[in-house]
Amino acid sequence: MRMDTNPRQSSSVGMTGLFAATCRREFLLSFRRKSDLVNPLIFFLMVATLFPLGVSPEPGFLAQLAPGVVWVAALLATLLSMDALFRSDYEDGSLEQLLLSPQPLFVVVLAKVLAHWMMTGLALTLMAPLLGMMLFLPAEGMPGLMLSLLLGTPTLSLVGAIGAALTVGLKKGGVLISLLVLPLYIPVLIFGSSAVQAAVTGLPLGGYLALLGALLALALGLAPLAISAALRISISS
Amino acid sequence: MSAPLLTVNNLFCERDDRVLFSQLSFALAAGEIVQIEGQNGSGKTTLLRILSGLSRNYEGEIFWRGEPVTEVREQFCSEMLYFGHQAGVKSVLTPEENLRWYAALSPAIEGAAIAEALQQVGLKGFEDVPCHSLSAGQNRRVSLARLYLSRAPLWILDEPFTAIDKRGVAAKEQLLLQHAQRGGSVILTTHHELGIHGPVRKINLDRLLGTSV
Repeated sequence: MRMDTNPRQSSSVGMTGLFAATCRREFLLSFRRKSDLVNPLIFFLMVATLFPLGVSPEPGFLAQLAPGVVWVAALLATLLSMDALFRSDYEDGSLEQLLLSPQPLFVVVLAKVLAHWMMTGLALTLMAPLLGMMLFLPAEGMPGLMLSLLLGTPTLSLVGAIGAALTVGLKKGGVLISLLVLPLYIPVLIFGSSAVQAAVTGLPLGGYLALLGALLALALGLAPLAISAALRISISS
Repeated sequence: MSAPLLTVNNLFCERDDRVLFSQLSFALAAGEIVQIEGQNGSGKTTLLRILSGLSRNYEGEIFWRGEPVTEVREQFCSEMLYFGHQAGVKSVLTPEENLRWYAALSPAIEGAAIAEALQQVGLKGFEDVPCHSLSAGQNRRVSLARLYLSRAPLWILDEPFTAIDKRGVAAKEQLLLQHAQRGGSVILTTHHELGIHGPVRKINLDRLLGTSV
């Protein structure tokens, strides 16, 4: 009979299957709606292009500012892309279906955030050396820049997703996300740009990277729960 | 077949200082179709959202197979199919991709028969067309295809026939009847006169409010 299935039997297979299916869906969605994909990257590139024009083209001066500028640009680019994370799912009703799934909600949430990070944070990390060069960041600083962004941007995505989940039911959530999330971004920004600074001056950067890693571990453990709870509240009202 | 699937006890819901329904109690047995009636704004959608577990803005008790629904959440979700106001169809994905994700989302949706289900809702030949180039009715049909794939005993359907043509509605009514005959239950809202000759019970929210105030 069609009715007598036991959902518990297939739940562990179902969870990895769901994780993969959600990642695949998110990638498909982004590649078909390219503007969402390209927007943060263009923003990132624009900041690095316009900054020397607005401040000073002098290499020594720019090299000094480069760690901070690249990190701030990466942070704002991530923040810009956050609002869209759950918005379209909310508008077309998929979010309701997602909340009614018997599978644990954090699996889907984690898959969505991972896909989002790969298309923003990871892409920004890969683009960062180019920006570093444009801003005359010394070559010694490059590994520090890449590593700190690699460890820091996933935290930005995870924390930003909490803000996105809380504001998804509101008409204009964009501003509110920034207010909610920016204070939590500050530690990541400080340790991230300090790591690059340390790398440039030849100091050990293990400590900074360890702190960024700790923040990431904390966010990875707690953010999915917070995002799930926030989504339930947003949908319930 | 004796124990009711879903039991609602003394449900009360208030919205914007307006009582939508109070002391609402009913039981839904296996094989039963219940149509929620009421004028616009009478709280039909709110009731369905409460029953499905999306909204917790209520007082009262809901039982699933005799257990409080809040305690058997996972089991309830795997045995329930909810069809909401918004179809939940991604416009940049094709019908098949949309349904494939739903199959991953819930074990009660059978992923193997997607092509067949699309044929049954009249979307054969549109499998690879992005949903934004389909009509509103066709988009609803993509979502309704989940009914053909579902193994869940309880269906909660909010206005399932909106934007569906006459022939489509007749086919869906037939499907609901078959589902009931197999021992499944349906709760639905619709402004359309149901053409089902079977065990359809009606609950009128307007009248209910009339008695309680």
